[in-house]
Amino acid sequence: MSENDNKKKNTEDRFLAEENKQRIVISPEGEEITINPLEDYFCDERPEIVAPKNKVVEKFLNWARAESLWVLGFGTGCGSIEIPPLLTPRFDAFRFGVQMRPTPRQSSVIIISGYLAVKTLKRVIRSYEQMQSPKYVIALGSCTINGGMYYDSYNTINRLDYYIPVDTYVTGCMPRPEALLAGFNHLKERIKAGKAEGANEYAEKFDWYKANQKKIIKDWNMPDYNW
Amino acid sequence: MQKIIDKLNTIFEISDIIEDSSNFSFLTCKKEQAISMITHLRDIEGFSHFVILSVVDWIEDEKFQLTYILNNPDKKIDIAIRVFIDRNNPIMDSAHHLWQHVATYQRELKEMFGIEFPNSPRLNESFILEGWDNIPPMRRDFDTNKYSEETFFPREGRTTNDPSEYMKNKLYPDEK
Repeated sequence: MSENDNKKKNTEDRFLAEENKQRIVISPEGEEITINPLEDYFCDERPEIVAPKNKVVEKFLNWARAESLWVLGFGTGCGSIEIPPLLTPRFDAFRFGVQMRPTPRQSSVIIISGYLAVKTLKRVIRSYEQMQSPKYVIALGSCTINGGMYYDSYNTINRLDYYIPVDTYVTGCMPRPEALLAGFNHLKERIKAGKAEGANEYAEKFDWYKANQKKIIKDWNMPDYNW
Repeated sequence: MQKIIDKLNTIFEISDIIEDSSNFSFLTCKKEQAISMITHLRDIEGFSHFVILSVVDWIEDEKFQLTYILNNPDKKIDIAIRVFIDRNNPIMDSAHHLWQHVATYQRELKEMFGIEFPNSPRLNESFILEGWDNIPPMRRDFDTNKYSEETFFPREGRTTNDPSEYMKNKLYPDEK
């Protein structure tokens, strides 16, 4: 009963976009169908911890994961300018097994490139949750570490690790593409050593992350976990 | 330029004419006459391009200063029209019927300064700040540093230097 009430409350939320509200449509056969997009289009199940099973197999899998990093093409701040040169012959990220993918479902790495506005954080969380585990986060630039030069802004976050688990930080304002390549190599070492367990950490401290996210995203109009 | 200003002077009440350069002038006019003056400039004087609408917050005088900048692409001259409105009751007539993109500027000013433009389309939809529940952030009485410290989990150990003090100590260490 309480769960139903909760869902009902969700659908009556004043922040809810028009297309996400519960509505009745008539099918071509003339039947009345109730559509509740929050229930029908999203899954609001909690993430689960996936424990490593066999040491040898896990070591092989980690090697395979590290040598083929697929990066989500998602630019959040000024650092998104640093990513296109990475793919050009001068820096050539392909030789490290790094390539860009257009959708979160195909990617294993998300680069938070620079300052992050609250409005963008909402989209970052949705993209991050749609990625399949194991998934890794690279935080690029000072803004993701302590706010950088935007530390006193009303609309940019100060610390990224309060909202999503971060595996590698690359310092600088802005870091050059070489620094980003060094960050990729550091991430590879961590994956091979079995230390990059961001997705499991997110599942473990899920309530804490959600509380932090909801503290600053005031128009929360999506399910708690959408993947 | 002078011809246009002289002609405007006969029709509207204009004060504080500042000639910035030979092709750019600032005028100050009354709140009630502003929109009709902009319409006159657009339709009769050929100022067909709307450049920008911006606001200055004069918190000491309790006033907002709106600046409309218009451009005449044929004669290559610009006119900036300044309008002062009351800060405690910030309502201004909308100009979205003259140029469509003015509505976007007005939406931004509604969000950042809380200025009302009655009947402007999509005025109350959030523009950048989704779900903002404080006073408009670009007003000068909004303390952005305090808000950031309370909201965004600041990291310990951050130090800042006053740039003038820092450079003084670095360049002239003997002078005190």
